[in-house]
Order: sequence, then C-alpha cells, then structure tokens
Amino acid sequence: MAEQGLTNEQVLENITAKFGEAIFDAHEPYGLLTITTTRDQIIPLLTHLYNDATLKMNFLTSLCGIHYPENKDQELGVIYHVHSLVHNVRLRIKIFFPIEDPVVPTATNLYATANWMERETFDFYGVQFEGHPNLIRILNVEDMTYHPMRKEYPLEDGTREDKVDVFFGR
Amino acid sequence: MAEFTTEETVKTNQGLDRIPDSLPAQYNENERELTTLNLGPTHPATHGIFQNILQMDGEKIVSGVPTIGYIHRAFEKIAERRPFYQITPLTDRMNYCSSPINNMGWWMTVEKLLGVKTPKRADYIRVIVMELARIADHLICNSILGVDSGAFTGFLYVFQEREKIYEIYEEISGARLTTNMGRIGGIERDLSPVAIHKLREWIAGFPKVMKEFESMFTRNRIFVDRIKGVGPMTAERALNYGFTGPNLRAAGVDYDVRVMNPYSSYQDFDFEVPVGTTGDTYDRFMVRNEEIWQSFRIIQQALENLPEGPFHADAPEYFLPPKQAVYKNMEALIYHFKIIMGEIEAPVGEVYHSVEGGNGELGFYLVSDGGRTPYRLHFRRPCFIYYQAYPEMVVGSQLSDAILILSSMNVIAGELDA
Repeated sequence: MAEQGLTNEQVLENITAKFGEAIFDAHEPYGLLTITTTRDQIIPLLTHLYNDATLKMNFLTSLCGIHYPENKDQELGVIYHVHSLVHNVRLRIKIFFPIEDPVVPTATNLYATANWMERETFDFYGVQFEGHPNLIRILNVEDMTYHPMRKEYPLEDGTREDKVDVFFGR
Repeated sequence: MAEFTTEETVKTNQGLDRIPDSLPAQYNENERELTTLNLGPTHPATHGIFQNILQMDGEKIVSGVPTIGYIHRAFEKIAERRPFYQITPLTDRMNYCSSPINNMGWWMTVEKLLGVKTPKRADYIRVIVMELARIADHLICNSILGVDSGAFTGFLYVFQEREKIYEIYEEISGARLTTNMGRIGGIERDLSPVAIHKLREWIAGFPKVMKEFESMFTRNRIFVDRIKGVGPMTAERALNYGFTGPNLRAAGVDYDVRVMNPYSSYQDFDFEVPVGTTGDTYDRFMVRNEEIWQSFRIIQQALENLPEGPFHADAPEYFLPPKQAVYKNMEALIYHFKIIMGEIEAPVGEVYHSVEGGNGELGFYLVSDGGRTPYRLHFRRPCFIYYQAYPEMVVGSQLSDAILILSSMNVIAGELDA
C-alpha cells in the first residue's frame, strides 16, 4: 500500500500558518481533511497548494456545486477536491456564498481541467466564475433559462397527485 | 515528477474550447480561406454522439470546438431522489463498456458511508469482475483504434473474447451490458460452478487470441507509422488537464488508484503499472495492451487464491436476504421490505471514494443528510475531464489523425454526458 507522505495534521498546519483565520471548520469525515474558506481566499489557497514545495497538491480531482436552501446567505457552495499525487493526500475545500451574488473567481488560470468543471457547475447551479474564458452551458441546452440542480426544482412535476411524496424518497 | 510554474499555465489555459475571435496572423495576411467542418454529432468515427466544429486549413486543423451533452440524462439530479439501491442502474449507463467497475465503485462508496466491511471472498469476486470489465473496455478501445485506421480484422477477433466476458457477467448477475451487479456488502450471489468453469475456459483461451491481436498490430509497420507521434501529451499538461488512467500513464505518470489507494483487497495482488513516455496514440495503445495482460494476471491470481467463506457482509439491514428466508422468517421479511422500499438508514456525512475505472479515476462524492437518498451525488467522470484536452491535442494535426486521437482517448459518450 502506498503510504501517505503527509498527514492531515501537517497539511492543516501548513495552510493555517499561511492563511490563518480564513481557514475554518476543519474536520476529517472518513479520513479526508475538509476545510471551508472564503471566496476571496480560494484562488490564493489553491495557488499556494499548487506551488508549495512540501504540499505539492497540484492535481484538481473534482469541482462541483452544492445548494443548501436553508442556509441564509450561504445557500450555494463550490467544493474542490485537490490531490497531491506525490504525497498521496487529498484535501476537500468548500466555499459558500449567497445565491443572489453567486460570483466566484475562476480556477482555470491554475488548472486547465477547471474549465469544463466550472462550466458544468455554472450550468447546474448558476455559479458565475469570474474570469472564466468561456462560461456557457455545457450539458444542457443553451436556451435553458434556469439552473436545474438547485433544490427549488423538484425532479417530478409538483402538481402530480398520483404519487405521494412521502412514499417516494425525500 | 516535473516542477510546475503557474505563469505558463495561465497563458496556455485561456480559451481553448471556443472559436477564436481572430485567427493566427498568417491566415489573414495570405487571405487563405478556412473551411468549417462539422465532425459529428453522428459521424461513425466518433463512436457516440458528440460534435466537434473544426476549422480546417486544407487537411490541417486550425481550431476545434467540442460540443457535448447530446445524451445528458441528469443522473446527478435523478440520484437525489433515489434510494441507494436504485442508483446502481444509473452508474451502469455511464461507462457502459465497463459497467461492473462503475457498479462496484458505487457500492464501495455506500459501504464507506455506512461502515460495512466486505469479506475477502466478496472482494476477490469483485476484483475478478472489475478486471474482466477493464479487459473488455480496453479490448474495445484498442480494436476500434484499429478499425479507425483501416484494420477491421483485429476487432472481430477480440470481440469474440468480449462476448465470452459478457457470458461470465451473465452467469454472475444475469445481465450482459448494463450489469447492475453487486449489493451493499458484497455480491448478489456466489460464483456458481458454471461461472467458474466459464472463467477457467476463458483464461485458457484468451492469451492466444490476445497474442494474435498484438502480433497483428504492435509491430505492424503500417499501423505504427500511422499512430506514432499522433496527438502527444506531455505529463505536465496531462496533469493540468486532470488526465487519469491509461491516458495519463501513457504520458509517463504512474498514477493508478488501485496502487495508490487500494480498495477491494488490491494490495493482495501482484501486478505492474505500465507507463509510456510521450503520451501519443501509440503509447496509449501500448499501455492499454499491457494493462490487459496485467488485468489477466490479477484475474488468475484472484481465481487461484479465491478464499472460502461468505460472499457478502453480515449486514442484514443492507443486504437483501435470500428469497426462501423471506417466506419463512419474520426478520428476513422485514428487512426485505425495508430494503426494497429504500428504508436504509444512512448516517449524516460526506464521503469521496474513487476506483480505477476503464478510463481513469472514477470518483463518487456522496453527501448524505441522513435521508434515504443522497443529498448530493457528484460523479467524477474521467471522460468528461480529459475530453476537454481534445482541442489542444488535435490542433496542428490532420483530420484523419483527429479521428485516431479521439478513439485512442476512449471517450465514451455515456460517461462524458452522464
């Protein structure tokens, strides 16, 4: 088994030393270090992870959106999974922001792979990635007027009466 | 691994997947006319429905803009309303050339969330089907590459072997293409004597066919001249583009999830991770061929050392009881009902699990709020991620090379669009 070159504590220590208060809510669900940061700090943080000689977290595994309608002013979120292939350690970074102002700086300058991932997140959640070279819909049709993965769009027609919601999932 | 500089990537990452506002200077000066060519959406050489708008200068490609989403089925949205057991059929339909890997990856994600530990026998059976799936996947990719470069025979040879692999799937799960295989905690039924017999027969016959396939291609002058140096990818760019799987390994980075984060007892097996050097079409072809041999080794070892014991975890609240017990046993009836109705109690939490799919790291990011369905499920689909490098790979090459690059990348429409 390839061992982990760095422990989660070392990673957390390294980034809190640099970013301090901007890193909060650190925990390890199922062994994967998860932190939350702010919109302003996300790109400096990703750049630091990318360039830092000890961390070498320069592989963006995935980027996806999430929607929590109940969290006031923190409704939308973007979740980044970065991976250090050298040390075999992963890090999950979350940012949350209000749904009325869904603007996030783009990561495409750092990662070419963020291009389509951000387009997908824009397509599904309406997150505006500032500075993205080509922020248009990718999987849905271009003339769609809404962002379908948001929770206000139920999967089935809400007026249907032949299916009682409690029997079928959420 | 090479060092990276941020400044260079900033320059190269800007706007590669859109029609350029202005063309390179030499085209305006000489007033040469460019042709716009629609490659797809239903071109036979795309092996799936996706479009590329190519700007051509004669036979040379000046820019390429992929359009995807033709078979988008909103799996992530659908999954938010489905109990865990009903999500496996969705994963089948992502990379349909190796659906068992997708199924098992999904089960392992759920098991990680629920804290179910699978017994060794279940792990080994899973390894056998996953490696069979990888072989089937790579066989298709490599033989189709032959078809696209004009050699049809190899494809017909190895399709016979894929058929045998599908018969083994059929013996295990009852289905062939969209297998919907496995359960939480193990596999739905033990390997039957017929399945083992078919497996042994296949093991006996496969190397001969594979050697024949290799002798037809790997040192074939026409084929090698045709694909060598076509669509190269450096390791730095491949990592920046998020390549995983054979395409990344062809570029020379030995990242394999099976080795780096072993799951399902992969640490028990002895196998090698082949790597290429230049990341061109020939390297991708060779890496896949070698991976077939390594997968074959794993299957042999797994079947040889198949442990005795139960084929599923002792987790009655998640694993469907045998049908006979449901009629006679009160508890079994209750569990049967609860599982079928999707009343599985899941903890609140979030889990990321990845497996080495046919095309690379297939990841599942599952956020559970304690309900019976996922609150959010994101699939990290390797095809979707590496296909965006296609414009960069084809620009400057010829149209016929673009076709070969496309088939050697093994872009599966189902996985691309999810």
